Amino acid sequence: MRQYFGRKLFIYGLTFFVAVTVNWLIPRFMPGDPVASMVARASISQPEAVAAMQAYYTDLFGLDQSLISQYFNFWAALVTGDFGISIWAYPKPVADVILGAVPYTLGLMIPAILLSWLVGNWAGALAARRKLLDNTVLPVGYILTATPYMWIAILLCWGFGVVLGVLPVAGGYSFALQPSWSWEFIGSLAQHWVLPFASLFLVALGGWAIGMRNMIIYELEADYSNYLAALGAPHRLIRRYAFRNAVLPQITGLALQLGVLVAGALVTEIVFSYPGIGSLILKAIQNKDFFLIQGTFLFIVLGVLIANFIIDVVYVVVDPRTRAGMAGAST
Amino acid sequence: MTLSVQDLRVYYRTLRGEVKALDGVSFELADGEILGLAGESGCGKTTLGKSLIRMDGRMKHVGGRVELDGEELPIGDTVKMNPFRFTEVSIIPQYSMSAMNPTRKIGRMVRELLDSRGVTVDTEELHRRLDLVELDRDVLKRYPMELSGGMKQRMVMVISTLLNPSLLIADEITSALDVSTQKAVVTTLKGFRDLGFVKSMIFITHDISLTNQLADTIMVMYAGKLAEKAPSDAVVNRPRHPYTQLLISSLPEVGVRYADKKLTGIPGNPPSLLDPPVGCRFQDRCPLAFDKCREEPPVVEVEKDHYVACWKA
Amino acid sequence: MTTTDPVSTTTAPDPGTPPVSVRREALYFAVRNGKLLVGATIVGIFLLVGIIGPFFYDQSPMAYVGQPMLPPSAEYPFGTNTFGQDILAQFVYGVRSTFEVGLLGGGLAAIIGMLVGFVAGYRGGLVDEILNMFTNVVLVIPTLAVLLIINAYLGIRSVAMQALLIGLTSWPWAARAIRAQTFSLRGRDFVDLARLSGVRTGRIILREIAPNMSSYLFMTFILLFGGSILIASSLDFIGLGPTDGVSLGLMLNHANQWSALMLGLWWWFVPPGIGITAIVGALYVANVGLDEVFNPKLREL
Repeated sequence: MRQYFGRKLFIYGLTFFVAVTVNWLIPRFMPGDPVASMVARASISQPEAVAAMQAYYTDLFGLDQSLISQYFNFWAALVTGDFGISIWAYPKPVADVILGAVPYTLGLMIPAILLSWLVGNWAGALAARRKLLDNTVLPVGYILTATPYMWIAILLCWGFGVVLGVLPVAGGYSFALQPSWSWEFIGSLAQHWVLPFASLFLVALGGWAIGMRNMIIYELEADYSNYLAALGAPHRLIRRYAFRNAVLPQITGLALQLGVLVAGALVTEIVFSYPGIGSLILKAIQNKDFFLIQGTFLFIVLGVLIANFIIDVVYVVVDPRTRAGMAGAST
Repeated sequence: MTLSVQDLRVYYRTLRGEVKALDGVSFELADGEILGLAGESGCGKTTLGKSLIRMDGRMKHVGGRVELDGEELPIGDTVKMNPFRFTEVSIIPQYSMSAMNPTRKIGRMVRELLDSRGVTVDTEELHRRLDLVELDRDVLKRYPMELSGGMKQRMVMVISTLLNPSLLIADEITSALDVSTQKAVVTTLKGFRDLGFVKSMIFITHDISLTNQLADTIMVMYAGKLAEKAPSDAVVNRPRHPYTQLLISSLPEVGVRYADKKLTGIPGNPPSLLDPPVGCRFQDRCPLAFDKCREEPPVVEVEKDHYVACWKA
Repeated sequence: MTTTDPVSTTTAPDPGTPPVSVRREALYFAVRNGKLLVGATIVGIFLLVGIIGPFFYDQSPMAYVGQPMLPPSAEYPFGTNTFGQDILAQFVYGVRSTFEVGLLGGGLAAIIGMLVGFVAGYRGGLVDEILNMFTNVVLVIPTLAVLLIINAYLGIRSVAMQALLIGLTSWPWAARAIRAQTFSLRGRDFVDLARLSGVRTGRIILREIAPNMSSYLFMTFILLFGGSILIASSLDFIGLGPTDGVSLGLMLNHANQWSALMLGLWWWFVPPGIGITAIVGALYVANVGLDEVFNPKLREL
């Protein structure tokens, strides 16, 4: 078990290292003078921002320093939580801007991921080997999983927000309100949360249902299922075993899907102008706020790594074989 | 008499029609008898084994009846058959290595299986049987993947026979093992019979020489039909059916298996069972074939307990 | 890109059966498989639209051809947007670039996945360890985030560049699945025989291993194809699409950015979404059909 976690942590550490290095390298890959080209391409309204940007880039790229020390400086800044100053939200530090958006993104993603996983697995397990259900769950699942996240978001936004007018279509809370711990504000938060949550939930649902259906069918045809059936074990017992064994790869699947789910959350936020990381990225791109883009990149990587680790821990709890000192999980 | 099979027909449904994998087989099995079932791949021996306990979705019981201890087995009805499984008819499958749920400790799996059949575990008896096959009692606290291949095989043998079934089907259980392990398995199975854990047994195998060490009677099948059935000694030393004769003579030495390869001594292939030929199914490959073989040969008792389906026998 | 490496959950092909009869049998089942037929037909129709459609327009799809915000009519079957651009023209060009991204991105990812998977699975040992670690690192890094930062810094972006970047980042699950398959084929008799007769590694992989899992590789490619389309559409939507062209994702981006929802211009944002969903969904469904064709276990009787 220690070896299992050791391997995982090593991979995650390596991944983080690679991500930071990529983050550092990319601006330096750009042809020409990076400082000049970025300042030129940034559309900044405030003159102080231009000056700050110039100073920051010059400092960061530190043309008077060697590449090695530039690289170490980059790490040093990172460790102290210094991601630079945002151009778009000048003069706020990038870290603060991102931390302000993180709760919204997490509040959207965590319930959507967990619920879609639970409901999807349940629907998939029901569908397996039941002709009638299978014929509905499967096509619906494939359509959902093939739908781009933003399109479902747009359709829901248009249908419920514009045509029916029953739910708000933009923002994280009513523009008339200031964030506070009042019931009014919380109610407004909840109202604005429903549609983005629903779009994320729906698309993710399809993938889990299909995955579970296929896994269960595979498990029901496994040798141990046949053996139990030959010994007259009731369907109930066989299905219980199959379900349990089919859930295990679905947990691993959750880890594999994180990247896709994050991407889905980002575009969904953009559709609903939901004040999370996704909208931040859109603003950053529109304003050529490179510090902000690089900062969000690292935050996303970090978040995904942490989530991966949590899933690993859950897997060890659920799959007894990993605890018995076996290499039960290959991922 | 333990088992009586009368004119059993089981077909496979395929898109191209029905494959007549088992086409009218009759035999009897006495108390305490071990029957070795031999023949090439696709001769129907595995189909016969499966039919007696659990048919898969593509198999269809077309005709014939099966009686066990004087009671008819509803082999075509998977639900009605359920009470008989495990308690009356049991099986040691080909796939012992993967027969146990990988995510359950073995002891718990056994308990859950027995609970589901409304039987409480007799721990002492279970331990006694583990001792018998030289398995440590600790295996019950382990996961299948912690056991070696041989241990898994013995564990499955213990599980399958735990409820003292009347009939045990051992389906190609030795094909993946080396010779010394095969011997051990054969000895264990004999022991199970002698101790009364199982009343009678059908031992399905590719390996006719191994069958000879274990079985009291050997039944040779060809293309879904019985070719010859006699006491082991008679089949090995005085085979009457040309197919059996070729089978035996093509065995160079004890322990050599003819496996899935087609017989070198017999030219040609077994006929398609989608549309089998009229008359004797071996006629196209038989060195002795003559006009009469276009008619189906009946199974005749040529001497006591020695049955042959051949016009020349 | 949504299903969890769906290939690995399906049954593996069974090599060792003679290829000729398998192929004939596969064809027999292929023309009788509803899922495969429906999926392939839909993909085929869109492919035709993407190939032939643009020839009907001599103007750029970005040209301002008519009144803004016209609902669908005989002249503009899909209507016009707020700039007076012909939405049908944009749609057919968009379908074309969707296929381009899928083909190039999915193709590149499939090639990398095969290379890594074959070599890791066949060589084993240290090579496998290193490639596996590399695969895991790329697997864990969220693809979109990497593409985001690269694309943001690229001043000028083309469909080909986008496809290249997608291909370079979306191969890991395929590599892992192919590695597992190769691993199980490595020990087969015919591979041993080739190795003993001194055939070089590259040749063994090409001649012995790849053909024996060709159906599996093809299905992997289809899934990567669909995945590339979805990733590209997300990038386009964030505003990091090709700067010199039109795509279904960009249409959604523009529609969202210019308040098509508030203005009720449903004909602007409905067609591109249907296009993406139909193409990717049909690919997935065809893939399930293929799986049933190649794997006798899954065939319904």
